[in-house]
Amino acid sequence: MITAERKPLEEIIEYIRPFQKILLIGCNECVTVCSAGGRKEVGVLSSLLQMSFLKQGKNLQIREHTLERQCDPEYVEELVSMVDGVDAILSMACGCGVQEICRRFKNKPVFPAVNTKFMGASERQGVWAERCQGCGNCLLGVTGGICPIARCSKQLMNGPCGGSTSGKCEISPDVDCAWQLIWDRLKALGMEDRYEEIIPAKDWRPGRAAGPRKIIREDLAE
Amino acid sequence: MMEDFEPVIIAFCCHYCAYTAADMAGSQRRCYPANVRIIRVPCSGKVDVIHILKAFENGADGVYVAGCLEGDCHFKNGNIRAARRVAYARKLMESVGIEGERLEMVNLSAGMGDRFAEIAGRITEKIRKMGPNPIRNTIRPVA
Ligand code: SF4
Ligand code: SF4
Repeated sequence: MITAERKPLEEIIEYIRPFQKILLIGCNECVTVCSAGGRKEVGVLSSLLQMSFLKQGKNLQIREHTLERQCDPEYVEELVSMVDGVDAILSMACGCGVQEICRRFKNKPVFPAVNTKFMGASERQGVWAERCQGCGNCLLGVTGGICPIARCSKQLMNGPCGGSTSGKCEISPDVDCAWQLIWDRLKALGMEDRYEEIIPAKDWRPGRAAGPRKIIREDLAE
Repeated sequence: MMEDFEPVIIAFCCHYCAYTAADMAGSQRRCYPANVRIIRVPCSGKVDVIHILKAFENGADGVYVAGCLEGDCHFKNGNIRAARRVAYARKLMESVGIEGERLEMVNLSAGMGDRFAEIAGRITEKIRKMGPNPIRNTIRPVA
């Protein structure tokens, strides 16, 4: 999932201070799962903003709505009837959702209420960790299913480095050394041979290095 | 003005312990302040941050969540979760300038009628001293 965290309240407050009527929109997908911008978080943020402004003697009008997905135009269309009456839109979706809203509603100021963080997985209740950086040419098949780009601090293709100690990365005792994980797993699978193969210098063009990316499926695209 | 202030206090009480303790206080004819409005919930773990915030947003001066004694939750760890949410909600309240002390987590067993009355009295007095919820005067009328 794409993970996110709510922005500091002061920042959100400054964005919406000049406005009276706000549409606060959540997203039912990734940001719901990582408890950053689903229906519940929309309710909590709305209540906090309301109280913060009431304390300053201002009665804000906030309309809450959570879309099935904010990064798909079909769902964003649902907002048409709600947008007319508001001065500004506050979005709790990831950056993709926020930009879809901007694209659709050209005359309304749109502000993000979360900081989009990374593509990750739930480690346990309430804890999410980075797992993939969308490099465009997945290496998991040769690295025992552990990503050296997202999980090795130096993004080494042939690790570990000399800083790997007792399974931990030199940047912090709380961070597993990705290359230790890779080795442990290859060994457990009896695939140590893989480790001997040198991974050549990575071509970063399929990643972000060649500019903004796009996927076009000829059979689907209209 | 302050002398006339009667706080509104919302108590989220779990069905198995705190609510039964309130009932017990009644059968024992123990008095407790009428300021406390009880909302019965199936488990203190059912109380979400949003319920607490909404209570304050709508003008409550104090809120407490009352669950079973630690280790005695009918649903194993609902009261532990409730305590963590209360701690989190306190921080959120502070972030908008509403004192975190207006919110508390308390634990008691079904037989503790006395303790229920004592807690209700103590929290009412504490909130009375703190004065009204800072947004009370600007609040829009509840529909
Ligand atoms: S190798 Fe690339 S695509 Fe595969 S998990 Fe790592 S960053 Fe993601
Ligand atoms: S210690 Fe391991 S994870 Fe950290 S930089 Fe070195 S190889 Fe990468």
